[in-house]
Amino acid sequence: MKYLYVAATEEVEREALAAVTGRVAAEFDYPVRGLELGSVEFAFNAERAQYSSIAVLDMLLRQCPPDAGKLLAVTERDLYIPVLTFVFGQAQLGGRVAVVSFARLRQEFYGLAANREIFLERAYKEALHETGHLFGLVHCAEGGCAMSLSTTVRQIDLKDDAFCAACARAVRRHPEGMEA
Amino acid sequence: MKTHWQILVVDDEEVMCESLAAWLREDGYVVDTAPSGRDAVEKARLRDYAIYFVDLKMPGGMDGIETMMQIRHLHPEASIIIITAYATVDTAITAMKEGAQEYIVKPCNPEEISLLVNRIIKVKNLQRENTILRKKLTRQYSVHDVVSKNPRMLEIMALCGEIASLRSTVLIQGESGTGKELVARAIHNAGDRASKPFVAVSCAALAESLLESEFFGHEKGSFTGASQQKRGKFEMADTGTIFLDEIGDISPKLQVDLLRVLQDRSFYRVGGSVEVKVDVRVVAATHVNLQQAVAEGKFRDDLYYRLNVIEIRIPPLRERREDIPLLAHHFVERLSHELGKDVSDVGEGALRLLMDHNWPGNVRELENAVERAMVTCRGPVLTERDFAFLAQTAAPATGWAVPAGMTIEDMEKVLITATIQRTQGNIKEAASVLGIDRSTLYEKIKKYEIPR
Repeated sequence: MKYLYVAATEEVEREALAAVTGRVAAEFDYPVRGLELGSVEFAFNAERAQYSSIAVLDMLLRQCPPDAGKLLAVTERDLYIPVLTFVFGQAQLGGRVAVVSFARLRQEFYGLAANREIFLERAYKEALHETGHLFGLVHCAEGGCAMSLSTTVRQIDLKDDAFCAACARAVRRHPEGMEA
Repeated sequence: MKTHWQILVVDDEEVMCESLAAWLREDGYVVDTAPSGRDAVEKARLRDYAIYFVDLKMPGGMDGIETMMQIRHLHPEASIIIITAYATVDTAITAMKEGAQEYIVKPCNPEEISLLVNRIIKVKNLQRENTILRKKLTRQYSVHDVVSKNPRMLEIMALCGEIASLRSTVLIQGESGTGKELVARAIHNAGDRASKPFVAVSCAALAESLLESEFFGHEKGSFTGASQQKRGKFEMADTGTIFLDEIGDISPKLQVDLLRVLQDRSFYRVGGSVEVKVDVRVVAATHVNLQQAVAEGKFRDDLYYRLNVIEIRIPPLRERREDIPLLAHHFVERLSHELGKDVSDVGEGALRLLMDHNWPGNVRELENAVERAMVTCRGPVLTERDFAFLAQTAAPATGWAVPAGMTIEDMEKVLITATIQRTQGNIKEAASVLGIDRSTLYEKIKKYEIPR
């Protein structure tokens, strides 16, 4: 039996983690397990004051339990890849591990008043998005689909917290999807 | 329409290269990477990428500018984006002067790269659509547009090039849907007459009297309804090529008229008394066996010999099954643009099904089948399920009568020979189809002296 693991680094707020885990479990109809991760300070780049998402993915691959079909990690740390100023998350396309950063999903990051509802909506959407990549989905041309590309929080806010029919079908029919 | 476009990322830092490639792959692009300018140029020699991301500073004697110049030498239309961590006004000016489409400083905003790539791909899609539509509009097909790796087809294409500039009459024989008009147009477009008219006439579509007027035109008042003088197709094709499709269907009277035109290159309009001289190259085509029609007295032998100066026989699709995957992919690529569907490939199961189908309607039937599958498919890859209709429309297999006196060994020989032919000599595949192991198959090949 393979599980979809939802893992969290030490600083992640547990209530938010529980909310995201519940949403992912419902959307993917997959047995879900939790996993506690330690700190990701090893991935810190002092020059950029950010955390390397590639280093985080490497760590996840090492810590991935044998019964993990897929593993989605969440962190409060601001992630980057070398060529980009930041990423909301990163996944191995069709692979085992993905990570989502909550840092830029909070209103506070942009100097605005905290809004828990908006933050959780964004967190759900990005968790679905990166997990969708693990099931081989690429960015969807349907603007409302959770798999559409978002490079700003405004774009995240505009899309739905669900897959379009075609992406949902593709996840179900994926070799590791529930229909398989 | 992302799946058809390929991107090359060139950077000596592996982590930089792979992270950008992974990010672009999430966007649906097919992405290759190269660790140096030299590797990039080698890859560009083999394939024309839609976009090249090239790092400015690379060791090994070939920096980003030099790499860009060599790629542009190979592909003058290439879209090249120079990326650098050390931006200066000078390098930016040099990059743009040498033909970079964009110059970006890393790390850059994800939105910036996304917009940039989308903008370039949008233009590429429009350019490609424009080329396809232009080609369709003018039907300017060349020998290079014939999709085939079959030796007989390749010989035909080579022959088309050799005979293109001659005036000799060509007779193209082949079943319906094999692409006789495509070959005729390829001959026309490869020769000296390419810029002159190409006029196609379907001889099967019109009654004798109408066809005569269609061929040679008519004078005003020559028959009821002839309210004004009309030029015929032979006059319209003057200095160019006339393509007479389904020539085997013309009446005995028209066969005589046509023979005269082929001999003298002149004719009279219907109801006319002035001889019209034309310089026309005649390419005729038929799906019937003209030699047999001559033997049966249905087609004049003198006309047959006049037409059959250069003979081209196009093999049916079932005799060049190796072309089926090529053609299927070609149609998917073309139709994805025409139908506006993001379909990029044909799955293995679907290809097996297409290879097994008999294709009585030849390439045209295959094209229609791919179009039908693409209209109803729901994913980016055509599957066996999308071609399920082929099983329903397939003609019922003709019953095979066992010849009297046939032994089990005779039957085994026939079966093994047919299977080896079908797998094109692939013993492993033939053994698998026959349900025996390879060594047994080799023994039987030896025993029955079956050629491979």
